Amino acid sequence: MKSRGLPLPSIVALTILGAIVLGTLLGPELSPYDSELIDWEQLEQPPSLGHWFGTDVIGRDLFVRTMEGARVSFTIALLTTVISLSIGIPWGAVAGFLGGAIDQFMMRIVDGFYCLPGLLVVILLVVLFGQNQYVLFAGLGMISWLNIARIVRAQTMRLRYSPFIQAAKGLGASTTTIVVKHILPNMVGPIVVYSTLMIPGVILAESFISFLGLGIQEPNTSWGVLVADGTQTMESSPWILTFPSACLALTVWCLNTLGDTMRDHLDPTSGMRSGA
Amino acid sequence: MTQFLVRRIFFAAITFFAIVTVVFFLVRLAPGGPFDGERRLPPEIETNLRAAYNLDAPLYEQYRRFVVQLLQGDLGPSFKQKDFSINELIAAGLPVSMGLGISALFVALLLGLLIGTTAGFNQGTAIDRVLMGLSNFNLAIPTIVSAPLMVLIFSVALSLFPAGGADTWWHFVLPTFALAIPFSAELARLIRGGVAETISEPHVRTAYAKGIGTVRTVNRHILPIAVLPMISYLAPAAAGLLTGTVVIEQVFNLPGIGRYFVDGALNRDYTLVMGVTIVYSLAILIFNLIADVAYGLVDPRIRVTQK
Repeated sequence: MKSRGLPLPSIVALTILGAIVLGTLLGPELSPYDSELIDWEQLEQPPSLGHWFGTDVIGRDLFVRTMEGARVSFTIALLTTVISLSIGIPWGAVAGFLGGAIDQFMMRIVDGFYCLPGLLVVILLVVLFGQNQYVLFAGLGMISWLNIARIVRAQTMRLRYSPFIQAAKGLGASTTTIVVKHILPNMVGPIVVYSTLMIPGVILAESFISFLGLGIQEPNTSWGVLVADGTQTMESSPWILTFPSACLALTVWCLNTLGDTMRDHLDPTSGMRSGA
Repeated sequence: MTQFLVRRIFFAAITFFAIVTVVFFLVRLAPGGPFDGERRLPPEIETNLRAAYNLDAPLYEQYRRFVVQLLQGDLGPSFKQKDFSINELIAAGLPVSMGLGISALFVALLLGLLIGTTAGFNQGTAIDRVLMGLSNFNLAIPTIVSAPLMVLIFSVALSLFPAGGADTWWHFVLPTFALAIPFSAELARLIRGGVAETISEPHVRTAYAKGIGTVRTVNRHILPIAVLPMISYLAPAAAGLLTGTVVIEQVFNLPGIGRYFVDGALNRDYTLVMGVTIVYSLAILIFNLIADVAYGLVDPRIRVTQK
């Protein structure tokens, strides 16, 4: 029914994402401009050979700033993923493996967290504990471990009674050994897929918060900050809005597409559900 | 059903209580008092202020008073806007935010159902591919990008809609669509999947084979099952719409709760931010409850076993 190769959208997504990541890693290093260098001769210049994405209202090179912003956005996404995996995996594995009242209690807590207005809670934390990236990591991590916990729990429950786990039990392996050595390695696939699907959400959440002026602060930058700057001048110099917005939207689209493809690959029946 | 409902309400009440408790202690844990930033106050005045804002009692007493006031529907005074209580601020913003949220939900449902069923019944065709490509595209455009773009195109360039303010319903058209479009895309994907999956089910083939007609088959045998994933998505969607209003109100300059929330956050107005978070949590809990009940009512499998 399906060919074995990658579907076309995934190939496109991989290529674009690769280009953005490469630009993020190398761009600021290779460019002659510094992201904080103000050039009063070059205010609001449209894109040109010298300034690929043009310059902003105080003459800073927008290409370098967009790539610096990408570094911040990607770093936050990766650190948040690490935090939510390190809460979600143990939580789900313990709940799923122990079962019974403990499982019920732990999953009720997850349900409770689902009822929080996530973005507002992160903003509340930022207001209370200071506007720095560590609070952002912690807050975003706190609201995004829930799906991982649910998926790990479901997988653990599925594996719990499988013959090889029963065999490990029969051979006298301890609970920790069983969970760490036998159960967790068997769910790497779903964890990778759902982490991929989580990252665009985190990138968007960070950009929302920074857009509102509550996240990353000048002179540091992120995609949310750049989009907010761009909206200020979108009538006179639309490129200041266009390039960072396009990078943000493309990255989200690429990650969504790749995540969907991987999910379909993992669970062929979900292909019908998730759309073409 | 009653037992199910009682259990759900009980759980929602406990969750709400837990949220309120955590938020209260988080605010009290935060470094720095609410009056630190201002000019050094004479000790007598600071004592009076602390008493007025309920900060003089021991922590457990503060907490008790806070919960009692909250149960009476009183969220306390604002720390920064001295003449206003949180209730007054929220009462002023709520109609705008509710109007925006509910009309966006309605538009998202309408668009989602329309696009999703069209794509689902034409699965694999060019129509399906175009509609789903469009949905995936809409999902990737964040509202912080699409909302300013819509202002630029429809207000500045074409002058069709006002760029900001909330005087007439005409002011709400752009914000509603800006908020609704990403959710309609997600709903369309879910409904398309539901339809595509259901039309190949045996009971649908039986219905066709009995010759009861396409319209009846679609209405009675396909759609009730195909919309189930959509209903379970409604609760998270409502939460997303609520938080989405915060950004939309900012871009379109609408005087809703979201704006108070952002202003409060920028001014470090602890009680205002706390109050809005509590109100939004309550709204999400209520919506979750409605979605749960609706799921129970609609899902034929649950309905039959309950009888």
